Amino acid sequence: MSTGIRVKELTKIYKVPEREAGVKAAVVSLFKRKFKDVRAVDGVSFEIEPGEIVGFLGPNGAGKTTTLKMLSGLLYPTSGELSVLGYLPEKRERSFLQQITLVMGQRSQLNWDIPALDSYDLYRAIYGLPLEQYQKTRDEMIEVMMLGDLVKKPVRNLSLGERMKAEMVGALLHQPKVLFLDEPTIGVDVTMQRRIRTFIQEYNRKHKATVLLTSHYMADVQALCKRVIVIHHGKILYDGAFSGLVERFSAMKTLVVTTSEMNGNMPDLTKYGAVISNESNRIALRVSKSDAPQVTARLLADLPVTDLLVEDPPIEEVIESVFAMPSEEAK
Amino acid sequence: MSTAAPSAQPGRTSLRDWIDMYVVAGRQAVMEALQYRAANVMFMVHVLIEPVIYLVVWSTVANTQGGQIGGYTAAQFAGYYIIWTLVRQFNLTLGPYNFNWRIKEGRLAAELLRPVHPIQTDLGFYLGYKIPQTLYWLPMGVLLWFLFKPEINAQLWQILAFPLALMFAFFVRFTFMWLLGLVCFWTEKIDALFELYFTLELLFSGRLVPLEVMPAWAQSVAAFLPFQWTFYFPIEVLLGRVQPAEFGWGFLIQVGWVVGGYALVMFVWKHAIKRFTAVGS
Repeated sequence: MSTGIRVKELTKIYKVPEREAGVKAAVVSLFKRKFKDVRAVDGVSFEIEPGEIVGFLGPNGAGKTTTLKMLSGLLYPTSGELSVLGYLPEKRERSFLQQITLVMGQRSQLNWDIPALDSYDLYRAIYGLPLEQYQKTRDEMIEVMMLGDLVKKPVRNLSLGERMKAEMVGALLHQPKVLFLDEPTIGVDVTMQRRIRTFIQEYNRKHKATVLLTSHYMADVQALCKRVIVIHHGKILYDGAFSGLVERFSAMKTLVVTTSEMNGNMPDLTKYGAVISNESNRIALRVSKSDAPQVTARLLADLPVTDLLVEDPPIEEVIESVFAMPSEEAK
Repeated sequence: MSTAAPSAQPGRTSLRDWIDMYVVAGRQAVMEALQYRAANVMFMVHVLIEPVIYLVVWSTVANTQGGQIGGYTAAQFAGYYIIWTLVRQFNLTLGPYNFNWRIKEGRLAAELLRPVHPIQTDLGFYLGYKIPQTLYWLPMGVLLWFLFKPEINAQLWQILAFPLALMFAFFVRFTFMWLLGLVCFWTEKIDALFELYFTLELLFSGRLVPLEVMPAWAQSVAAFLPFQWTFYFPIEVLLGRVQPAEFGWGFLIQVGWVVGGYALVMFVWKHAIKRFTAVGS
C-alpha cells in the first residue's frame, strides 16, 4: 500500500450559475437558468513521498484549496486519480480520516464558547485516543506552542495568533500521518508565524509526517519546504526545488554596483538597465538575465567600480510576477 | 511533542468508547450552556410566553363554554401547557437554520474530517443539553404550577412511563430536524421551507392546541405525521390521559418514526454529501 500522496490528471469542475446584471436578467433567470463550467483544478498530477514537506503555491483562486479539499475527502473530483496513504479520499473511510488532518487558517474548528482544553477532550473521544497517550501528546504540544494557560480560556477570548496555535494543537492531537495546511499562519504576527513554523517542522521531523502546505508568506515556504508546486489557473506551472523557482521564472537579474566618489560625473545609468535605486555611490539596476554579462562588463569598464553584486530578485517579486501571468502564458 | 512513531490510531472500538464520546459531547453542551446563563434564562422566558398565551386563551374559552372544551377543563389545560413547557425543553434540538450556518461557516467541513458521523456528536451534545435545560426549567415550572393550579391525574406507571415518552419525543424531533437540515445541501434559501415545516408542526403536534380539540380531519392527518409524537403524546402520558395499551402503541410508533427517520437521514446524507462542494467553506 502506498503511503504517500499520488495525484494523476486530477480535475474539478464547478457548475456556477451565471447571469447578467439588472432586473431584466434577474426575471429571465427565473425561467431560464444559465450555468457556466469553472475548471478550478485542471489535470493536475504530482506525487509526494512520505515525510516530505511540500509548498503549494498559487494566487487566490488558483485551485490550491480545492486540491487540498479533494485530497482530504471533502470534495469529489470531477475526474482523475488520487490516493492518499493508499486510500481513495472521497470514500472518507474512518481509518483514512483517523490519519489525516486539514487545517484551514481562516476557519475555526474549536468550539468558541469553551476552553480549547475541553475541545481537545472531545477530539480525544472522537478519535478514540488512549487517555495516557492523549495527555502526553497534548501537554507536549501545548508546551512546544507555548500556549500555557491560554488553553483554559474560552476560545473566543483568544487573539487570532493564540487561536491559531490552539487550532494547530487540536488538529494534530491524533498524530496524523498527513497534514494538509491551508494558510496556517494567515493574519498572525511574525513571532507567532515563527512559532507555528517551528511546530510544523518539529512535528514533521519527529513523526516523519507528510505535509502539503499553502501559504502566501514566502518566509513559511522558505523555512519549511525544499520542494514547491506552483499552481495557477488550475494547472501546475512548476514542480521542483524551491531554489529552482527563481531560475525558472525570473528573466531578470539585479546588479548592485558600488563606485568610488565620482564628484557629480555619474553617467546616464538608464543605458545600462532599469534603475531601482541610486543612493550616494551605491546603484541597483534591473537587467535581463541574458544581458547581465555584457552590462556587467560595461559597468566595470565605464565606472570606478569598487564592488559589484549580481543577485536574483527577491522571491516575493518572482512569485508575484508568476501570479500575474495571464492563463495563456501559465501553461 | 510525543516521539512515538505515527500509526493508525485504534479509534473507537467498543461500546464504552462510544459512550465516552456521547458523554464528552454532552459535557460540552453543559459547559456551553453555563457560559451563557443570562441568555439561557432569557430564552427560557421566551419559551414560556408561548404556552402561557395558549393556556390563558384556552382556559378562558373552556370557562365560557360551560367549563370544558374537547374534554379538557381549564385546570387540565393548565396541566397540559405546564407539561408542554417541560416537553419543549426536552425536544429542543439542532434547528435547520443552525445547519445552514454550519455549512456556511465551514464548521461542517471540519466535522466531516473527523472519523465519526456529525449526527453522533450532535446527539451527544443535545442529550447533555437536557441537563441545564431541565435545571433552568424547574423554577419556572414550579412558578407556573402555583399560578395556574393544574389538574394532573397521572398514576405511578404513567409518571414512570413519561421519561421514556419524553426521551423518544426528543429522538423523533432530533431525527426529523436533522433530515430537514439536510435540505441545505441542495439550496441556501431554505427559510420558506423551514417555516412551512414549523407551521405544520405547530398545527399537528399538539403544540398549539391539544389534538383532541382539533377537528376530526386534522386528527386524521396528524396520525400520519411524526409531529404528535414529539409534543402531544408525552404530554398526554403525564396528564394521565393515556391507557397502558395506548402507551405501548404510542411508544412503538415513536420507535418506528426514529428508526424510519434515521434510515431516511442516512439515505439522504449519502446523496447530500456528494453534493457538498464546500466552496468558500
